[in-house]
Amino acid sequence: MSEVQSTYNYTVVRQFTVMSVIWGIVGMLVGVIIAAQLVWPELNMGFLHFGRLRPLHTNAVIFAFGGCALMGSSFYVVQRTCHTRLFCDQLASFVFWGWQLVIVLAAITLPLGITQGKEYAELEWPIDILIAVVWVSYAVVFFGTLIKRKVTHIYVANWFYGSFILAVAVLHIVNSAATPVSLTKSYSAYAGVQDAMIQWWYGHNAVGFFLTAGFLGMMYYFVPKQAGRPIYSYRLSVVHFWALIFTYMWAGPHHLHYTALPDWTQSVGMLFSLILLAPSWGGMINGIMTLSGAWHKLRDDPILKFLITSLSFYGMSTFEGPMMSIKTVNALSHYTDWTIGHVHSGALGWVAMISIGTIYYLLPRLFGRPEMHSVKLITVHFWVATVGVVLYIASMWIAGVMQGLMWRSVNADGTLTYSFVESVKVSYPFWGIRFLGGLLFLVGMLIMAYNMFKTMAAGNTDDAPVLIPAGQHV
Amino acid sequence: MESLYLLVPISVVVVFLIAVAFWWSLRNGQFDDMEGPGYRILMDDDKAQQETAAAATQEPALAGPEEADGSRSVEKRPAATGE
Repeated sequence: MSEVQSTYNYTVVRQFTVMSVIWGIVGMLVGVIIAAQLVWPELNMGFLHFGRLRPLHTNAVIFAFGGCALMGSSFYVVQRTCHTRLFCDQLASFVFWGWQLVIVLAAITLPLGITQGKEYAELEWPIDILIAVVWVSYAVVFFGTLIKRKVTHIYVANWFYGSFILAVAVLHIVNSAATPVSLTKSYSAYAGVQDAMIQWWYGHNAVGFFLTAGFLGMMYYFVPKQAGRPIYSYRLSVVHFWALIFTYMWAGPHHLHYTALPDWTQSVGMLFSLILLAPSWGGMINGIMTLSGAWHKLRDDPILKFLITSLSFYGMSTFEGPMMSIKTVNALSHYTDWTIGHVHSGALGWVAMISIGTIYYLLPRLFGRPEMHSVKLITVHFWVATVGVVLYIASMWIAGVMQGLMWRSVNADGTLTYSFVESVKVSYPFWGIRFLGGLLFLVGMLIMAYNMFKTMAAGNTDDAPVLIPAGQHV
Repeated sequence: MESLYLLVPISVVVVFLIAVAFWWSLRNGQFDDMEGPGYRILMDDDKAQQETAAAATQEPALAGPEEADGSRSVEKRPAATGE
């Protein structure tokens, strides 16, 4: 038995890591296409129009790119920190193939217009059931590995990954409850504002646990490893974890300010969103300060550049988020492109950049190489991506604030100063800049893919031996 | 606000479960050492081994001395990991 278990299961990590890059390109390409459709409306051809492609873009980048990066990296981290092979190779393999099937089904059904109409939960009930089955299997593999660990302490990254897995399971199952009427059509179990509340309880916690807790798990392992230094304060990381999960659940109502949702519920949502600033910044500072005393490493390590820049964007968007949840600010920002800018500062700046840094860390180790095929190309990727994100966010901020101000502007007699189309007209150049920013980010991903395939071609797929834990009294 | 009749109980149950997890980790000694775990992940050499034949001669010089010793001894007696 121990002969079989003497290597780590890198196969599934390898599969997820490579597919993460592939799906990243697909998802971001769809994003660039829909950005182009806003600039050149004639690109809305047939059923491949903005309305059909937009959910495909969000699903592909969040669940395909982000999901594969999370699953792959969590399987790597849990094995390395627990000093044991993954629990049940067959189930791990099922998680990979099942997840790919979900992604392919999403890519087919969403352009066909088969949707539940819930943002970030568009997929119809048969796919929802498949997601639930795959996700529970993922939980079994992850927690099974945790249970058979060879060390007593559970490293903090695993706590973040674990909470992400459990929370997403609960959110998905509750929000996707529906009555099917046919294979491709169902009705939500909730109606009206109840449905909206459940949807944004899901929606914001998906941001909190999928796009935050999961990627924080990544951060707490890969930032120290790449920097070659322990996390700035391990104690703070533990406080960060418990503070975040105890307070996250109730931020959802800030998506429903000034709607039919009772006022006090909106205020509770705003309050919890403001509280979240504290743990978020605690984590951000903890990550960045890991480099304290070794800042020179940033100068010539592009992987570290990705990881630390992602933390700066995390700090920026977790400051912006609570501010935007304040009702008076929200009155200006809601329904404008400011929201799109905020989301992308989190999605491109934080989620994508920490994933990219992690993937660059993982690829040489998974394919038996000392480093990536070209370290120089990683640096190129970093700068192309950073310029892309900055163009994207800045253009959306300007467009968003402008739209908000124009929409609320009234004449002395109480009539609106501007018609809606006038706000569209002034936004036009900024949508062009946004398209350019997105395109740059996509070009960065293509550079990454080239670098990845070159590294793979020169490498091998031997699994690494399980190491005995250092300084561990068993 | 019927949706709250679902969401509030779920949150209460979740918070209770989180509290149980916290209590377990406290009693289990997860927080006894708040310094070591940060260092311990660094004492795990996950750099890819070069072609196994060449590795036998070259690696000890390349990798940090302590970790290289540790990893080598594990490979020779895999039964040790099962204890």
